[in-house]
Amino acid sequence: MEMKKPVIKSIPYEEFKDNETLEALVNELNKERTNVVVGALDDLINWGRSNSLWSLTFATSCCGIEFMSVGAARYDFARFGFEVTRNSPRQADLIMVAGTITHKMAPVLKRLYDQMADPKYVIAVGGCAISGGPFKGSYHVLNGVDKIIPVDVYIPGCPPRPEAILYGMMQLQRKVKVEKFFGGVNRKQSREELPEGPMIITNVPQETMNNKEKEQ
Amino acid sequence: MNITFIQPEKFREQMEYLRRERGMDFLRELVGMDWGEEGIGAVYMLENSETKENVQVATRSTNREAPAIPTVSDIWKIAEMYEREAFDFFGIIFTGHPDLRRLFLRNDWVGYPLRKDYDESEELNPVRMFSENVENDCTHTLAPDGTLQRNPDTLFDNNEYIINIGPQHPATHGVLRFRLSLEGEVIKKTDVHCGYIHRGVEKISERLTYPQILALTDRLDYLSAHQNRHALCMCIENAMDVEVTERTQYIRTIMDELQRIDSHLLFISCAAMDLGALTTFIYGFRDREKILDIFEEVTGGRLIQNYNVIGGVQADITATFAEKVKAFCKYIPKKIKEYNDVFTNNIITRKRMVGVGVLGRDEAISFGCTGGTGRASGWACDVRKRHPYALYDKVDFKEVIYQNGDSFSRYLVRIDEIMESVRIIEQLIDNIPEGDYKVKTKPVIRIPEGSYHATVEGSRGEFGVFIESRGEKSPYRIKFRPMGLPLVACMGTLLNGNKIADLMTIGATLDYVIPDIDR
Repeated sequence: MEMKKPVIKSIPYEEFKDNETLEALVNELNKERTNVVVGALDDLINWGRSNSLWSLTFATSCCGIEFMSVGAARYDFARFGFEVTRNSPRQADLIMVAGTITHKMAPVLKRLYDQMADPKYVIAVGGCAISGGPFKGSYHVLNGVDKIIPVDVYIPGCPPRPEAILYGMMQLQRKVKVEKFFGGVNRKQSREELPEGPMIITNVPQETMNNKEKEQ
Repeated sequence: MNITFIQPEKFREQMEYLRRERGMDFLRELVGMDWGEEGIGAVYMLENSETKENVQVATRSTNREAPAIPTVSDIWKIAEMYEREAFDFFGIIFTGHPDLRRLFLRNDWVGYPLRKDYDESEELNPVRMFSENVENDCTHTLAPDGTLQRNPDTLFDNNEYIINIGPQHPATHGVLRFRLSLEGEVIKKTDVHCGYIHRGVEKISERLTYPQILALTDRLDYLSAHQNRHALCMCIENAMDVEVTERTQYIRTIMDELQRIDSHLLFISCAAMDLGALTTFIYGFRDREKILDIFEEVTGGRLIQNYNVIGGVQADITATFAEKVKAFCKYIPKKIKEYNDVFTNNIITRKRMVGVGVLGRDEAISFGCTGGTGRASGWACDVRKRHPYALYDKVDFKEVIYQNGDSFSRYLVRIDEIMESVRIIEQLIDNIPEGDYKVKTKPVIRIPEGSYHATVEGSRGEFGVFIESRGEKSPYRIKFRPMGLPLVACMGTLLNGNKIADLMTIGATLDYVIPDIDR
């Protein structure tokens, strides 16, 4: 059985940019054929998951207000399946990094990401989250959240318009649709298989390490 | 602006004199400054809340290793936070300060970033991915001879029950962090942590030219984007002796007021949402979109407009602007009635707001809580009346003042201010004179040597810009007065003794915006 193209109801397929990337992804997944039963179940589960993505309320600055606008009456992301936002990372499927991430915030963001249950997704909203934006040269700003956590969708803008945020969220839905839930994203990795994390923490001072050991 | 320099030895005595004899009860700003060889110190801007008289004094120490200045935190309460900020940025040691910790940066930060000789290399301050060491959260006191004494864990006892709120928490309106010591449900002690969105705007600005800095002010308090930029443009225009046209003044004033309504609508929405009334949130955002539509048509931006420029505004108003604004002014009073029906007069709202988190008038002044919070406590602190700018001396409007100082008064001030803003707009919208929307300025903007200061009434308080210029294309030092820092500073006073659930009410009605505090 083959994986289908990532089609979602709300917008015609041709109107999406970036179809090539997702089609390449589909082709890659199709290389090793899937069992019909597993494939059909995958389709069903992906349909369900892509239409009920709940995001974590994580807004640090201006983009957060636009994100609130997207949640309010005029734009209303609940129409597309982003029903509610959750305040606890344990209950969230995706994290919208809306705003600048500073040095002080970076470990907090990493921890929130680690606390989320798999499969989890990250959307970088706005210039600051993508690259540092207007504050790129600052001593206290992380130039892009992809340095600490993997990002699925980037939404440029300063801040992005609500339409842009919706578009980006729909791109994520399409990405969710081209996943193999069984034996793919949801497969449990053994400890040996774990890839080396996006950032290896090496600069913990000895003092902190000692304290941690004491706590344990 | 005249600044009187005082020797550090006589400083304390002089400040006490200013407070007692001349009634300077409002510390508007404390600007840390690195004068290079002349020393490191701070500029203090004081105001008499009765007579509106202003005084600027400064003091500095030539010892760059450990510059010591006596504290004034026992004279003005807000100085405690301001001095922590100056310590964080410049390493100024305020002798006698009860709690000299870093305010924005991590405990293990190396160096003082706003000093001119700060080393920005990544090796010194890499992105540290481990949690901050909580043990360091202790009080520092300083002996009079300048030696730093560390008193570990005096802030909270070992047997106290401490809970942590934030930085990722919906009730903190952004990335603010509290540590609260509880006894049952009652809050005993509060410790506020800022800096989770500190972007170092003031340091970046020292490298940018003046027109480039304009882009950053919108992103400080994004709900006062117009007012912030107005303040910076006004400061630069005053310094360069540029006179803007009458038309510009009209456009700026109308835009400022629209922005204020926008911000207050968001305040009502979020305050209601924090208290569990999601309906009002949806209503507020529905009406807010109408203002954003007007902004978008004229400026091209929704939330961040980048509209004011030095010498005028970016683009002329559109043909349908006046018509749309008038339609909005007709529309909003009816909706205010709706909010009152749905939310303000709701028994739950009243029970949760009335009498909760009372801030007295003297405390409001001592903490420098301007804006709606100060006016709810009976302090007439509106910059539009105190030091009129733009067209505010020509229009007729009432300064909304309540006396109770509780959460409900703070809420009502905003509701009434929307109506006053509508009144201001209605007086101006039909009389916008013809003329240029922008005067020509020099291609390269330089400000003559000296210190300059301008303030406007932002959506949630006095927003000030202080520029120290050496005649270059970029400022030697630029400082923005955060509207929110005093509001956060008084959180401890308001929370202690209240129930933990009141944190939501008090935080919501103080109406702070975190990126404005942290800058």
